Amino acid sequence: MNRVLGVFAVVAIIYFGLMSSDPQARSPENHQNLERRIGEWGILTLGVGFVILTGGIDLSIGSVVCLSAVSFGLILENNGPPLLAFVAILSMGALIGLSHGLLITRLNLQPFIVTLCGLFIYRGLAQLLTQVRFDVLSEGLTNGWPEGTRLLRDSSRNIGLAKPENLSWLATLQKGNLPLGEWTGIVWLDIPNPLVLFMLLGLISFVALECGAFGRRIHALGYNEQAARYAGINTAAHKIACYVICSTLAALGGILFLVKVPSAAPASAGNWYELYAITGAVLGGFSLRGGEGSILGLALGTAILPLLRSLVIFAGIPSDLEFMVIGVALLLGTMADELLRRGSFGRARQAG
Amino acid sequence: MADQSGGATPLLEARDVSKAFLGARALSNSSFSISIGEIVALIGENGAGKSTLMKILAGIHQPDAGMLLVDGHPVVLNGPEDAIRRGIVLIHQELNLADNLTIAENLVLGREPTWGGPLGLVNRSAMRRITQSALDKVGLIANPETLVGSLPLGQKQLVEIARALSLNARVLIMDEPTSSLSQQETDRLIKVMDELRDKGVAIIYISHRLSEVKRVADRVVSLRDGKNSGNLSRQEITHDAMVKLMVGRELARVDRPQSAGGKVLLQVKELKHSSSAPQGISFEVRAGEVVCMAGLVGAGRTEVAETLYGVRPMISGQILLSGTDFKPSTPSTAIKRGLLLVPEDRRHHGLILAESIRGNISLPNLRGISSMGLVSRSQENQMALGGIAELGIRTTGPTKPAGQLSGGNQQKVVLARWLAAKPTILILDEPTRGVDVAAKSDIYHLIEHLVSRGVGVLMISSDLEEVLRLSDRVLVLHEHSIAGELARQDLSEEAVMRLATGSLPGRTAS
Repeated sequence: MNRVLGVFAVVAIIYFGLMSSDPQARSPENHQNLERRIGEWGILTLGVGFVILTGGIDLSIGSVVCLSAVSFGLILENNGPPLLAFVAILSMGALIGLSHGLLITRLNLQPFIVTLCGLFIYRGLAQLLTQVRFDVLSEGLTNGWPEGTRLLRDSSRNIGLAKPENLSWLATLQKGNLPLGEWTGIVWLDIPNPLVLFMLLGLISFVALECGAFGRRIHALGYNEQAARYAGINTAAHKIACYVICSTLAALGGILFLVKVPSAAPASAGNWYELYAITGAVLGGFSLRGGEGSILGLALGTAILPLLRSLVIFAGIPSDLEFMVIGVALLLGTMADELLRRGSFGRARQAG
Repeated sequence: MADQSGGATPLLEARDVSKAFLGARALSNSSFSISIGEIVALIGENGAGKSTLMKILAGIHQPDAGMLLVDGHPVVLNGPEDAIRRGIVLIHQELNLADNLTIAENLVLGREPTWGGPLGLVNRSAMRRITQSALDKVGLIANPETLVGSLPLGQKQLVEIARALSLNARVLIMDEPTSSLSQQETDRLIKVMDELRDKGVAIIYISHRLSEVKRVADRVVSLRDGKNSGNLSRQEITHDAMVKLMVGRELARVDRPQSAGGKVLLQVKELKHSSSAPQGISFEVRAGEVVCMAGLVGAGRTEVAETLYGVRPMISGQILLSGTDFKPSTPSTAIKRGLLLVPEDRRHHGLILAESIRGNISLPNLRGISSMGLVSRSQENQMALGGIAELGIRTTGPTKPAGQLSGGNQQKVVLARWLAAKPTILILDEPTRGVDVAAKSDIYHLIEHLVSRGVGVLMISSDLEEVLRLSDRVLVLHEHSIAGELARQDLSEEAVMRLATGSLPGRTAS
C-alpha cells in the first residue's frame, strides 16, 4: 500500500506541475486527450502486468498492436463483417499469447527471447499482409492462376478504416464518452470510453488478482515458482494464461488504434508501445523479478507517461527531449523505489 | 586430548573451539590437530559439527571461543583468503569450478599471470606451465585447454585438488570428496591422496564411507553433538569402533504402542528415479504407521520422496495408492490423491516467504474455499486460524509474512497447509531440521496424532533420535538402494548406522 501511495504522490506532483505550466493544459480538451491516452495505453499495460507478475516479459506488444490493426483493417477492406473481424482479431491475439506461453513453459525458452522474436515476426507479418492482393488471391483460388499472376504488391501500404459507417459501435467505444458529465453537469465526468474500458478491465483484473484464486497462484508462482509447484499449482497453465491475456489485450489495443488513427502504417504503428506498457507497470510498482505489483499502482503508473508527455509539450520543453525526460523520470522512479524498499526492509529486519 | 602426531608441532590445530548459529550450538570445545604428511578422517553423524569445524579451519566461519594455531602460532582467519594464504584450502563437496572455462583458466582464476604491464594481458604460456605442473602433481593427464565442463566428475575433483596445490596448499580439507564418484574414480583419488601425503601434504578427509576411511586414514577424529567423542589411531580403526564413537549414547525411547498397521495405503514397487540407480526401491506404508527412511546425506531419500510427489520424473517402477495405480506427474495429481509432501527445503520449496501465514496455508487449498474463482476471506481466515491453533504457531496474527517466522513456526505453517488438505499419505522430508526443541516436540505430537487418525506417514530423517522415537519401521537407504529394513523392536542407532554406512555386506531380512 505504501508503494501505491508513493506512485500516487508522483502522479499528483506531475499533474500539478502540468496544471500550472499553461492555461491550455487545464482545458477539458487536454484532460479528455490525457484520459483517452491513459485508457488506450492502460489496456496494454494491464496485459503486460499479468506477464510481469509471473516474472516474465512481453516485448511483442507493439507489434501485436500493429498486426491486429492491419489485419482488422484488411478484413473490413475485404468486406468482412466487423463483429466477426473483432472476434477474429482477439482470437488471433489469444493464439499469439498461447504460442508464447507454450514456447516459454514447454521448451523452457526465455520470455525475453520468445517475445523479442515476436516483436520482429509480427511486424514483418503485418508488412507482408499489406502487400497481399486479396482480390487476386481469391480470384486465383476460385478460377486458377493465370500466367504471370503477382500476388504481392511492390511495397507495403498504409491500411485505413474502410466503411466506418458500419462501425458505429466501435467508433463509440473509441471516441465516445461516458455521458456522466452530461447527466450531472460536471464537465470533467465526461470520461472517454477507452478510459472507461480500461477501468472496467482493471476492475475485473483487480478482482481476479486480489480476490481470486487465480491471482493468489500467479503471485505465488511469480515470487517463488518452485514453492508454487510444490504447493500443487499448475505453474505452466497459469503462466500461459497470463501470456494469452497480454496478447489478447494487445490485439484489442490494435483495433482501438486503427479506429482512432484511422490509418495504420505497418512499419510504425504501435512502435514503442511494449516499452510504454512495461514502463507503466514498473512505475506502478511491478517488480520485473515477479510476484509483486497491484492493479491500483499499475493504473497510476500508466498515467505517468501521458502526463509527462503532456508536461513536455505545455512546459515548452523541446519535444526532441521527450524521450530523455521519460528516461530520466523512469530512472529516478526506480531509484527512489529501490531506496524506499531498502529502508522498509531494513526496518522489517530490525523488527523481526 | 592426547597429541597423537608424535610430539612434533602440528601443522594446523584447533584448540577448544566453539561455535553457535542463532543460539543453536554447533560446536562446543572441540579440538583437532593435523601434522605434516598425515591423513586425518573426521567422522560423525549428520549434524555432529563436522562441517562447522572444517569451515572454521578454512576461515569461512570464525569461532566464538577457542583458538587456531598454524605451525604452533596462534592465528586469526578472517576469511578463506586468509586461510589460503597460510596454505589451508577447503575443497567443497559441490566443486567450485567454472564449467565454461578451461582447466588452465580455472587453475589460475583470480591470479592470472599477466604481461604487458598496465594492459594486464593474460600470459598464456605461463598459465599453461603453472597448470601443467599442478596437473602432474595429481597425475591427471589432460590438455590444460580442455573445458572443465566436459570433464567427468572424478577429473574435476582432481582439477580442484591441482588448483589447491598450485596455491601451495599444505593442508587440504576435503568434504565428502568421494560421495559422487564411481569406484574407479574413488580408487584413483585415494591413490592421489596417498602420494600427496608422501610429499608432506596434510589432508583432512570427511566421509561417511567408513570403508574408505579405513583404507586411507592415519587417524580418525570423531565428533558427536558438536563435541569430540574420541580418536582412533591407525591400528584401532575398525567399522565397529567408528560406529561406536559416532553414535555413543543410549537414548531413552518414548514409547508409543507399535502400530500393527492398517490397510496398505502406499505401495512402491521397484521405483527408480535415476537411470544410474543400481536397483529399484520397493516398500509400503500402511494406515496408521510411521515409516522412516534413514540413511546418510546423498543416499537418495529425498529423491524417492520427490519422485512420489511428481516433482522428479520416475524412470521405472509402479506405485499403488490405496490399491489403485498412481502415476506421479505433477504435485497437483499427488495432492488430489491425498499424497502430500513437506519438502526438505522449506524456504525454497515449502513457503512463499513474502506471503502471509494465511496465504501460505490456503495456497494449495484455494479450490475448497472459493466459489466462481473468488476466495472467501472468511473461510480462508477460518482455515488459517484453525491451523495456527492446531499447530500452536506463534504469531501476532494470520497476516504476518511467513518469512518473518522462526524455522519451527515456518515448518508448522507448511504442516498446517497439509492438515487442511486432509492427507492420506504424508511424506515429511527432514521435518525438524533447523527447528527448535519446543517446536520439534509439537511436530512429533502432530505426527502421532495424524497416525492415530489413520494417516500413513513416510518420514525422512537424518536425526537418529527422532527416527528411533517415532518410527514403526525404518527403511535404511544406502547409495540409492534399500540396505535393510528394521522393525521397531530391532531398532538401535548402531543398527541404523551400520546399514547406512554400508557396513554389512549383505542385506538384512526385514
